[in-house]
This record gives sequence, C-alpha cells and structure tokens, in this order.
Amino acid sequence: MNLAMKDIRHNLGRFLLTAVGIGMLLMVVMGMGGIYRGVVEDATLLIDRVGADLWIVQRDTRGPFAELSRVPSNLVFRAATVPGVQLSREFVYHTVQRQRDGKPLRIAVLGLSWPTDKGEWVPLITGRPLGQSHYEMIADKSLGLGVGEQLELGKETYTVVGTTNNMISSGGDGIAFVTVADAQAIQFDVPGEAVRLERAAREARGEVFELAIQQPMMLNNAARPSGELPAVARPQISAVMVTLSPGADVNHVAETFSGWGDVSVFTADGQRELLLKGSVEKVRQQIGLFRVLLTVIAAIIMALILYTLTLDKIHSIALLKLIGAPNTVILGLILQQALILGVVGFGIAYLVGQQLFPMFPRRVILAESDLLQLAGIVLAISVLSSLLGIWKTMKVSPNEALT
Amino acid sequence: MTTLDSKKFAIDAVKLTKIYGSGNTEVVAMRDASMQVAQGEVVALLGPSGSGKSTFLTAVGLINPPTSGRITIKGQLVLDGETEHANLRSFRRQHIGFIFQKSNLIPFLSAVENIQIAMQLNGQSSGFARRRAIELMDYLGVADRADNFPSMLSGGQQQRVAVARALANHPSVILADEPTAALDGHRGRQVMELFAKVAHEQGTGVIVVTHDHRALDVFDTIYEMEDGLMHEQPKQSASSLDGAQSL
Repeated sequence: MNLAMKDIRHNLGRFLLTAVGIGMLLMVVMGMGGIYRGVVEDATLLIDRVGADLWIVQRDTRGPFAELSRVPSNLVFRAATVPGVQLSREFVYHTVQRQRDGKPLRIAVLGLSWPTDKGEWVPLITGRPLGQSHYEMIADKSLGLGVGEQLELGKETYTVVGTTNNMISSGGDGIAFVTVADAQAIQFDVPGEAVRLERAAREARGEVFELAIQQPMMLNNAARPSGELPAVARPQISAVMVTLSPGADVNHVAETFSGWGDVSVFTADGQRELLLKGSVEKVRQQIGLFRVLLTVIAAIIMALILYTLTLDKIHSIALLKLIGAPNTVILGLILQQALILGVVGFGIAYLVGQQLFPMFPRRVILAESDLLQLAGIVLAISVLSSLLGIWKTMKVSPNEALT
Repeated sequence: MTTLDSKKFAIDAVKLTKIYGSGNTEVVAMRDASMQVAQGEVVALLGPSGSGKSTFLTAVGLINPPTSGRITIKGQLVLDGETEHANLRSFRRQHIGFIFQKSNLIPFLSAVENIQIAMQLNGQSSGFARRRAIELMDYLGVADRADNFPSMLSGGQQQRVAVARALANHPSVILADEPTAALDGHRGRQVMELFAKVAHEQGTGVIVVTHDHRALDVFDTIYEMEDGLMHEQPKQSASSLDGAQSL
C-alpha cells in the first residue's frame, strides 16, 4: 500500500494547491535561468548567425559590439586582397530610437554589404531578402513591423520586405537589416538646418583662410555636401567581416591583419568572449547569482512546506509506529511525497512557464540542458528538504498516538 | 493462575516498575505491578486518573518499556529488566493489537485500508489483507462502511474498525485504553461485549483499561491500580462497586 499516494488522494485539494505554489516558485527559478540563457544567446546571436570567421575592427578597440569601432570603408577591399580570404563584407551596426504610434521604438540597425550580402543568411519567417540597394528593410518580429509596412528613418522611408524571429541585439532590441549605405544614411543623418549652418560656417572660415583667399574656387567647395569634399573622410563603417577560403588557416590570416597598424582582429570565438566577458558579463552574473539565491529560497520553502505536511501527519505517523510500521515505511511516506511534490511542481512550472515566458519583453530560453539541470536540482531539493520532515518523524514516539 | 506455565498465558507481566526522572525529581509511576492474562481471558484494569494504568498498558504494549520487571508474551520472554529479547516494534506488530479511547484510525486511509495496513506491514499480500479485512468488518458489522474514511464513520463504527485492525494479525493480546470513553452507555457496552466475544472465540487475551463500571460483568478478571500498585479484585467486589456507582 502506497501511503504517500493515499495521503495525497485524501488531501488532493491541499496537495494541488501546495504543488501549484511550489510550481510557481520553480517557474520563477526556471524563468530566471531562461532569462540568463536569453541574455547570452541574444548577445552572441549576430556573431553566430552572420558566419564571419574574422572581425577586423578599429585598432585597440573591442568593437563593434562591446564598444564603438570606426574603420574606413576601403578596408573591405584591403582585406579582400589577403590570401586565404574568400569574402570580406562591411559591417555597420548602431541603435536608434524613434517614435512610432506614440511609443518609443528602439531599433538595432545592421548594414548588409550590398550587393555581396543581401541578407540571404538571415532566417526569414515571411517575405524575402533585400532586392535593391536602397530603402528596403528586413525587420525582426519584435519591432512590430509586417511585410509591406513602411518606416521613416532620417530623411528616407524604408519598406519592410521580410521579417525574422528572435534576431535581437545584446540590448534586447529588434534588428532591422538594411544596406550599408542606408545604415550609414540613418546613422549620419543630419537635419537640413544643421547642414545649412555648417555650410555657412565653412564659408565663413574660408573667407579668412589664406589659401581660400588665394584660391577663391575653394570657397565653392564649401557649399558642396561633406561627402564630396576632397580630403574629408567618407562616412566610416563599424567593422569588416571576413570569411575565409576553405582550408585557410584562421590564425595565419589573423596574423596578417594583426600586422596592420590601424586595425585589430578578432576571431568569431574572440568576439563571443568579448561580449560574454564584457558588456553582458555583469548582467549575466547578476541574473546567475539571483538564480542561485532563488534556488536556495525555493529549497528552504520546500523544506518548510514538507516539514509542515509532516507535522500534520505526526499523529498518523505515531500510530503507524505503534502498530509496528518499520522506519522504512515512514521514511518512504515522507520521501515519496517530497519527490511527488517536486516532480508535480516542476511539471506545473514548465507548463505555466511555456505559456507565460513568450509574453516577456526579452527572450526567455528554456534550454534542454538547463531544464535537466533544474530537474536534478529539484530532485536534490526534494530529498534534502524531506530530511527535515524525516528527522521529525524519527523523533516521534508511538506514545503520541495515545494522547 | 500464578501456578500455570507461562506458555499458557497470553501475557505474563512480572513486577513491572516504571520510574521517571531521577534524584529529587524521581517519580515512581508503577511499582512491582504483575498481571497474568490467559488466552481467551478478558481483564479489566480499573483505577483513578494518575494511578499508573496507562503506564502499565504502554509497558506491556512494549511502547514505553518498564524500568525493571519481566514481560513474557505467549511464552516468549520479551523484556527482562533493561534487556530486550526481541525487536520490540516487530514483536508489537505481530503479537499486540491496540485500541484507544479515540479510535485512532489513520485519517487518509479508508476503513478497510486501516485494517489492511496492519496486515501488510506484517508481510501479508494486498489481496489477502483486503479479503481478511472485509471478513473482519463483516464479523464486526461494519462491512458496509469499508470504503468510507474515518471522518465519515460514527464513533461506534470507528471503534469497531479499530477492533478489526487490532484483530487483523491474530494478536496474542489486545490492549485497550478506555475504548468506550467517547461512546454512550449502550454503545460502550456493545464494544465491551465485542471484546469478550473476540477473546472467547479467538483465544486472544484482552486487557481493557476503563473507568466505566457499568459493564464490569463482561470481564473475567478485574485488576485495580492505585498509586502505581496493582491488586487483583474479586469480581463480586467490583460488581458491587459497579452497583454502588450506578446508584
């Protein structure tokens, strides 16, 4: 006769309420683990998906994700000439915040190196990759934009031609994929009035500049767009992504780039490490520590619940002892109930979590390894927390059945 | 009775003494209490509150062993002074049935399961235990309540289920501690008569601690305890006491 099940059957309502309580607690622990996993996944998502073997960034910076990086556009051509390089692409990446329907809309803008890169590698859920060099956009679902919708950024209007799912920046903002030229236009957009003021200032400076006085045509140049001015740098890019030829030695090629004085080079793993040990490290640690704390609290609460459930049965346990029940029967009663409570609680946590977590603003990823780890922890908590109840039952005298 | 071989006794308790505390706080709850109960004999143990009745019952029930004295159950020496000659819990399970003032059924088991558990703990299969439990319930007139939980039974029905549980493992002795205290006079007498019936039909020794003097005629032997000392009373004397109290 399974006494644990008999007791549960008799007190089913109370048991279920307790299991739901424990389930909610475990769901928070599970969710915290999912948030932790989500932060790590989001942080490294782009690096994993974009498929670059090497990242060339501004010298002595940890860009383009961990910090700002600026490299000249022509670096993409220099990189392409290095033996072992199959493909080099421009990478432009920055975050903008605009108002849409009266609400703030944060967008991580990522430039695709048109025409080499049209976004074929981006996992689309609807629509298509970019089909022209300007004014088209692939938007993540989290931005709330559907195919065919239009979004005004800077002085231009962009049409969404494709949507993705879970393409999110390390900050949790949905990514919008446009061409590099469009990304730069969005990034360096300056209001018309500011352009006019800058031109006026240039003319004023030119009038007192000796060379301009000697060569009046110089002043004419001041009125031209800054991008057309000689000796004025073109808008720069964040980094250059390099894909190696099959069989090329990544370390050897990286060594070549390292020899260039104006850039630094990182492998994809190096970039991952920069992110995980850099910008998201504190968040990761904070969530990780909070998860540990929650697990400990869950263990304490479970122990107290099981202890209370045991106290409720003290008279029955004394009676069982009186009629000669061996200790193993009584231990089995307490331990089985603890395990059943743990397993049912875990199941409730998983099922409710599956419904609730998708509603969270940031991704909550329930990785199989994390679930297995938590299941192991719950089993351990169940066993350990039942020890308190078992200790109490061992102290119960059969005499107590007589009182 | 003292001349009979102890094998013929369901229980043979000799000079049981129970002392709580020590030094200045020492309390002698029971001193040199002896009782012999033959198989099939029903014994009443009377006495005022605090006289040591429950101490005696828990001692011979191997729940709260005496400080000194010897207990033999069905010819087997179980306790001799501080020496235990058996695994007390296992011995208790096999040889002793308990009935209490409150029925003390396990609340989360149905009536039949409360009886079954006693047999299953003793190694009987679930099927056998259930069949015998139903038989016992039938014998005690509560078979129709087999699947009810204790909270759904009346006090008398609960007590009958408790008696069935006590009988389940064919015990050598049944110990009952004020089993009729929670029952009205009519029901109380029914339970006492039930003990006598069980004892006589199944050869079980029964010791009943009771304050209820109205049903003393049911018992074969009557003992009385006072200040931890035990005396056997002539049945006539106890009956007249019963009559006096009834008046």
